[in-house]
Amino acid sequence: MRYAAPATVEEAQALLADDTGAQVFAGATDLVPQMRAGRPAPSLLVDLKGIDRLTAVTHEDGRWTIGAATPTAELTRNEAFTAAFPGLSEGAGLIGSDQIQNRSSLGGNLANASPAADSVPALIANDGQAVIATADGTRTVPAAEVATGPGRTSLADGEFIVEFTFADPPAGTGDAYLRMIPRTEMDIAIVGAAVRVTVDGDAISDATVVLGAVAPTAVVVPDAAAALVGTSVADGALDDAAATALAEAAEAACDPIDDKRGTIAYRRRVAGVLARRAAAIAVERARNGA
Amino acid sequence: MSNDATRRSRTHVSCTVNGDQVDFLADDGTSLLDALRDELDLTGAKEGCGTGDCGACTILVDGRINCSCLMFAPEAEGCEIVTVEGIAEGDHLHPLQQTFLEGAALQCGVCTPGFLVSAKALLDENPDPTETEIRYALAGNLCRCTGYDKIVRSVQEAAVQLRGASR
Repeated sequence: MRYAAPATVEEAQALLADDTGAQVFAGATDLVPQMRAGRPAPSLLVDLKGIDRLTAVTHEDGRWTIGAATPTAELTRNEAFTAAFPGLSEGAGLIGSDQIQNRSSLGGNLANASPAADSVPALIANDGQAVIATADGTRTVPAAEVATGPGRTSLADGEFIVEFTFADPPAGTGDAYLRMIPRTEMDIAIVGAAVRVTVDGDAISDATVVLGAVAPTAVVVPDAAAALVGTSVADGALDDAAATALAEAAEAACDPIDDKRGTIAYRRRVAGVLARRAAAIAVERARNGA
Repeated sequence: MSNDATRRSRTHVSCTVNGDQVDFLADDGTSLLDALRDELDLTGAKEGCGTGDCGACTILVDGRINCSCLMFAPEAEGCEIVTVEGIAEGDHLHPLQQTFLEGAALQCGVCTPGFLVSAKALLDENPDPTETEIRYALAGNLCRCTGYDKIVRSVQEAAVQLRGASR
């Protein structure tokens, strides 16, 4: 096994073109455990952290650009980023321990394609766009289109995520991410729920609801969002009927597995509860930030 | 792509460890933990799980805690590394080491180097953490002997001593 630390996207593309057994990595927080569990070792380890663009965080002309290999600790420590995307920051901050936080990244969390990835629901809820290095250039796709199933992605051989871009949230927007784990820290989500809302006057004018860990990939739930749009938050809280409809739509969108962490029925029920709670937090943030 | 580093499977790594400039050769796929232990004879950091779960291999890399089992040795190039061997000043134990001893914060000791490094990183950044903050900051370090309480108390006591010393 060889190691290379390219300094540019183009150098990384050339290394990957030369060696079909090459594997890109950022923090290796998933790669090393997978190799320990028997995944064949790559012939070449391509460390993406040496590429400035992969660890750059910028905010220019109404868009945020987050290098795909940026340690999540850099995002949670970034006050301006966290103020703009509090739900995404809290999702990213839930990946593993403080040790892991100094290695884990949005790009790795998405490309590893775990259905339970904690940063992914809010990444999608904030309409994150993934800039992907291809064999001879780049292409940009919605982050929601990268993972296609557990451990599977739409990335072709030799492709890797360079960065994510996000438009500044409209005025009156808030997001939130909640997850259910059986302990207080250091566990894999049984259910995750990200909600983003935009409040205009006393009503919700736009909403996105994304669930994690209840289907082969994170799932966008348009029916749950539709349950919120147009409803009043005049008294500072979600309308009861809207919250109930949101929870029912979230439950209906679940296609979960039964495993030692939670049964299908439990995951489904919790998905509704978390969606409702996350929506309440998102509304509060939207109103306070507006 | 003619990159010398990719043709060899053994890479020369130059970094600082506990303040000293060091150079070593490491197989590309070897972990930084194994390189520290086998090439540099720094056996303080331990391998518990080898998958980033237990924190026994915790070291500081450019001031931040990392699981050295998850790092490939060549990643250390140009970095400032601190291991548990680097937190005492000569024969003078760091207050955390002293309070761990006095507070019986260890039994078998395998987790202790990782706890000391994580706790030092916490106190360097937050000299007066609450108990909850300490428990969260140490959540990436597992101990199967103590039940954690004596570790938390020892960190609290060390924090008191360090705040007193800096006054």
